[in-house]
Amino acid sequence: MNILKTYKIYIGGAFPRTESGRYYPITDSKGNTLANVCLSSRKDVRNAVVAARKAFGGWSEKTAFNRGQILYRIAEMLDGRKGQFIDELVLQGISKSKADKEFQQSVDRLVYYAGWADKYQQIASSVNPVSSSHFNFSALEPMGVIGIIAPQENSLLGLISLVIPAICGGNTVVVAASESHPLCSVTFAEVLHSSDVPGGVVNILTGKVAELAPALAAHMDVNALVSSDLGELQKPLALSCVENLKRRFTYMNSDQQGLNFVTDLQEVKTTWHPIESIGGATSSY
Amino acid sequence: MIKTFDPNNMLSKITVDKVGVEERVARFQTRSIKNESKLQGLKMVLNMIDLTTLEGKDTPGKVQQMCYKAQHLHDVQPDLPTVAAVCVYPSMVSVARKALGNSSVKIASVSTAFPSGQSTREIKISDTKFAVDQGADEIDMVISRGKFLAGEYAFVFDEIAAIKEACGKARLKVILETGELSTLDNVRLASDIAIHAGADFIKTSTGKIQPAATMQVTYTMLMAIKDYYDKTGIMVGMKPAGGISTSKLALHNLVMVKEVLGNAWLTNEWFRFGASSLANDVLMQIMKSTTGLYQSSDYFSID
Repeated sequence: MNILKTYKIYIGGAFPRTESGRYYPITDSKGNTLANVCLSSRKDVRNAVVAARKAFGGWSEKTAFNRGQILYRIAEMLDGRKGQFIDELVLQGISKSKADKEFQQSVDRLVYYAGWADKYQQIASSVNPVSSSHFNFSALEPMGVIGIIAPQENSLLGLISLVIPAICGGNTVVVAASESHPLCSVTFAEVLHSSDVPGGVVNILTGKVAELAPALAAHMDVNALVSSDLGELQKPLALSCVENLKRRFTYMNSDQQGLNFVTDLQEVKTTWHPIESIGGATSSY
Repeated sequence: MIKTFDPNNMLSKITVDKVGVEERVARFQTRSIKNESKLQGLKMVLNMIDLTTLEGKDTPGKVQQMCYKAQHLHDVQPDLPTVAAVCVYPSMVSVARKALGNSSVKIASVSTAFPSGQSTREIKISDTKFAVDQGADEIDMVISRGKFLAGEYAFVFDEIAAIKEACGKARLKVILETGELSTLDNVRLASDIAIHAGADFIKTSTGKIQPAATMQVTYTMLMAIKDYYDKTGIMVGMKPAGGISTSKLALHNLVMVKEVLGNAWLTNEWFRFGASSLANDVLMQIMKSTTGLYQSSDYFSID
């Protein structure tokens, strides 16, 4: 028997319905209704940001190695639900072979960032030469709560490509899922839920980009806003980000992977530590 | 004159309908409060807060910082009231007195071997007198819950009356510590004892025990105040304390006070919130109403 699934949102490790009580239908290429999903409001954004902020302390203080283990665990759990994801990708209108490929890439991407979790800090930090008696070094610290607008196409791979590097670096995120293809994102929330990812680290909302993105951009407690190209929404969003000097990243290649996806969402802290004398390469620090 | 215990007056054994209380309280939480009245309500909440620090690790610096905050809640926003009072341990009253100067912010001091109240009457009285001498305007005493639960109501009554006497001009708030009283019937009885013994305010909790100021408990105490007022025409104040950390809950409490006791109680002379983190949440809500932007605690003072 075919049971029509109700897709809910994911906030603070729970699956509530939108506080607005609104829904919108998702249809396949023939116009048949596949499911109703939540049409989230800015109050859901508010709740999700509160959950993300609450989770930030604990998540950012986990050891890098432990975060890597948890990301790898997500990959394992995702792989275990291969059939469901491929079915949903196909339902949303791409071919079986493309769906296969997108799914495989998604798992690969998780493993890729799981590997980076305890390595990016060493690669991107530095000891800096200075002309005074100081040992001067720069290290990375996560920014905090990141707002993410997931790409419309590649609804699974695109989501993972933006969310995972952010949490890899110790941030917590609030994601507006693909508006037209949201099914995989809600199912991905179920994967996260069973993967030792603490509640609130990833919060996933479904709904209109035009409604959720401005709410994320204007929120004073969101530290950065990440998206693929959003066309004419770009400029008003950038203006909204000014109020709290929010970092704004637009990735034209949002289905790619790379170290910069992790390090972009890190602040650099530079420390000047007094030392007795300026040493050479073999100084005594 | 010290009041004396009269069991016939006190032990009328008013029982509380718990289910009824829960239903009534649930209804207070469904009131829709629109923008303008919400803003007014939020400012009222600010003005009713007893900004509190009651920790073993309190230092003069911490108390000074809190006293500054009490007078300068969020200077970016004009037209904000101050809080009603600061609430500290007796040893910190002189520090607070100095830090507050001529400000209208009052100083409340806990006393009577707060928070447990497990000490002798002599010590409790001298504790109270010390706080008053140091400059406290208000005394927050705790009742002897052990004696109350053992049925020694006369002891509890006499103790409150004795402390009231020791307070002199200072107003007396009586903390029932409802989290340790088990039932709403006990809360009601303890409220009646405190009111009859001369309390100017009755207060739910020390903040050290959970559950603290639930709406059910506050409602039960408000009803005791109402019944006493109806009978004698004397107003008694109410202070829920502990666990009220969001604006929403604070507004629900105001709705309840208005609907149970009426507008006369909607001032900080008769109603207070004992809280440490509530002020910042209310400030954030006020800024949200003013700017339209959801706020971040990064931009508000640490409490």
